[in-house]
Amino acid sequence: MVQYVNPPLDLSFAALSDATRRGIIDQLGRGDASITSLADKFQMTLTGMKKHVQILERAGLVVTQKVGRVRSCKLGKRGLEAEAAWIEAHRKLFEARFDALDEIISEMRQEESDGSASQQCR
Amino acid sequence: MDQQASSADSAQDRTSIERRGDRELVVTRTFDAPPSIVYRAWSQAELFRRWWMPKSVSGVSLISCDMDVRTGGKYRLEFGAGGSETMAFYGKYLEVVPNERIVWTNDEGEEGAVTTVTFEGQGGKTLLTFHEVYPSREALEEALQGSAAALPEQLEQLDELLSSIGG
Repeated sequence: MVQYVNPPLDLSFAALSDATRRGIIDQLGRGDASITSLADKFQMTLTGMKKHVQILERAGLVVTQKVGRVRSCKLGKRGLEAEAAWIEAHRKLFEARFDALDEIISEMRQEESDGSASQQCR
Repeated sequence: MDQQASSADSAQDRTSIERRGDRELVVTRTFDAPPSIVYRAWSQAELFRRWWMPKSVSGVSLISCDMDVRTGGKYRLEFGAGGSETMAFYGKYLEVVPNERIVWTNDEGEEGAVTTVTFEGQGGKTLLTFHEVYPSREALEEALQGSAAALPEQLEQLDELLSSIGG
């Protein structure tokens, strides 16, 4: 049968390899939600959503709890970390991007102060 | 006049990124040059292409960059990740006010954002604000995931993170 390694990194990666599942993590980052409302949001069947949530749950990314007839989902510890990692990845991209822009800007300033003789257009 | 202070300032935390509400992403950074210079670096293709997608982080390189930066003008950027596959990003400029602001659409997807970048002079420096507004919360999420998924470094980071908390 299935063997769960410890730590189940493989499961996390499999869980996050799917765009919908990444979307679910992102969604739960904004607040807990029931499977029904998730299914609604992602425009899929209840059964389909249950499968996605199960995969995320097995990987520890999502925790679910049944309250009455509703199964409520929230981010597990790993899910929270994953959400933070995504934002951080974006910050990194912009940081690198703007660092590069910074360099070009100082070159441009240098050229300007080197005298008006230099031409910027070719 | 010029304060050529340590250019070795820590680059860390000079760029702030924030999700505002459900549909907006705001990134700010201050540059040590007046708006006219920062605007030029943004609006001239041969300068823009040198910094927009730093390969070290994104893993992709810019193959072509056409920009007609004026109200109603169009742009098209093409990227390659080494293989034969390329990604194109395109749209049009809704509003261009030289040295002040550029507003453009992102038309490659169905629910693309409208991006506004403003250049605000602050005593010889420029406060740059990069502001994306998506038509819906879902569209923002999709964009965030999509571009995050495109960053190999992000996965490495996630890898590290997961190993550190998985122990």
